[in-house]
Amino acid sequence: MSKKILQTPISDRDLEGLSVGDVFYLNGYLITGRDDVHQRVIKQDLELPVDLRGGAIFHAGPIMREREDTPGRYEVISIGPTTSMRMEKYEKEFIEKTGVKLMIGKGGMGPKTTEGCVEGPAVHAVFPGGCAVLAARCVEEIEDVKWLDLGMPEAMWVMRVKEFGPLIVSIDSKGDNLFERNKKLFAEKKLPIVEEINRHVDYLHGPKT
Amino acid sequence: MHMMDSKQQLVDLVARFTEYSAKHLPDDILNRLRELRAMETTDFARIIYDAMFENIDMAHELSRPVCQDTGVLQFFARVGTRFPLIDHLDEALRDAVLLATRRAPLRHNAVEVFDEKNTGNNVGYRIPWIETELIPDSDVLELCVYMAGGGCSLPGIAEVLMPLEGYEGIVRFVFDRITTYGINACPPLLVGIGIAGSVEVAAKLSKKALLRPIGSRNENPIGADLEKRIEEGLNGIGIGPGGLTGSMSVMGVHIEQAARHPATLAVGLSTGCWAHRRAWIRIHGDLSYELLSHKGAEI
Repeated sequence: MSKKILQTPISDRDLEGLSVGDVFYLNGYLITGRDDVHQRVIKQDLELPVDLRGGAIFHAGPIMREREDTPGRYEVISIGPTTSMRMEKYEKEFIEKTGVKLMIGKGGMGPKTTEGCVEGPAVHAVFPGGCAVLAARCVEEIEDVKWLDLGMPEAMWVMRVKEFGPLIVSIDSKGDNLFERNKKLFAEKKLPIVEEINRHVDYLHGPKT
Repeated sequence: MHMMDSKQQLVDLVARFTEYSAKHLPDDILNRLRELRAMETTDFARIIYDAMFENIDMAHELSRPVCQDTGVLQFFARVGTRFPLIDHLDEALRDAVLLATRRAPLRHNAVEVFDEKNTGNNVGYRIPWIETELIPDSDVLELCVYMAGGGCSLPGIAEVLMPLEGYEGIVRFVFDRITTYGINACPPLLVGIGIAGSVEVAAKLSKKALLRPIGSRNENPIGADLEKRIEEGLNGIGIGPGGLTGSMSVMGVHIEQAARHPATLAVGLSTGCWAHRRAWIRIHGDLSYELLSHKGAEI
């Protein structure tokens, strides 16, 4: 099967073809945005310095290095995804306000973001956690940086990417949520396992023989 | 050797050690990940493990940090009372962090509390975090560097249980957290559990548990048995790499304990992600050294 590739700007129609568990790659622009960016855009209601309509954001705090030959220009060293769940508090409003179509991170997001993905519409996808050099290799160029006063991990890095992935759809625009489904499964499997362990750990009355 | 020259030499050595540990996973972690990879069969698990190992190889080849989150730096030192630079140790470790941050480079991860400013150099108030134990009559420094990433620090939790909740309460506490917060923390995780009489002791011991080599067991046979039971139980849930389900869940479960108060049963939980950057080095009085966590490595 050939690689499924999405190109920015992303249309609502592009999203219709994506369901949880699908694997795809991204071409075009990818902009980092995590805790502080969400805080500024939603809580402080600041104007976004980058147009995200039809765009993709990456929940990520990279290691960047300023180029010695051209100050003000940066190269990416390592850039893996951060825990998306931290953005759950504001992501729904963020989708509404910015028109972003794709959020990439690691781990799942919750019910509010799922609502946001249906209404947007938008999609959340995961990049394999910790694979920061692999991700850096998919970055063609760092074109710009905004809000660098937030520090290296929290700034908005505007990147041009090629075949950025693998990306696995975790929340689709129909409202299906892969990680919430998994969590239910784990919670069910946990009960009999804990019960079985706890038949053997009544150490308060001394070790059993 | 002049003391200041040798201090600078220690700074340089610890900086190289720190940089190395950001870019290369320790032997025990690599071996465990290879074993776990072989046990997985699903497409998702294959995609994630393929990415992980490609990433590990690329980090090695390109000399770059394995994960972009190089953590808030923590040092755990066992220092001989006759180690010649004992009086300069804290200062040397701070200077080493500054140097490694520039050289590696490492991500800037020290945000001052209240001022909410990133210091931009990984040094901040009480950071790097340094814990020291003394070794009597020795001139050796055994130093562990741990890169406490945000993602795998997030599941951290400690609580004081009433003793009658028993060890059953501890088991529930661990399973509840690992099957919820643990999913997003880059599994397969290393799970560290501390059991003690008060909350800060349990929390500290849970972190110390993460510093032990994979495959080591609690010194107490009952503790070792509990480690095995929790480990097998968590693996039975099949969290899989990246939390996307699979045959296994964790790299290991380690428990460390301190005698408790009769009226309290405190439990702490720390987790390490699959990219568990925890390295040990032994530095002698003459500053010759060997890496304990990465056999035969040149730094």
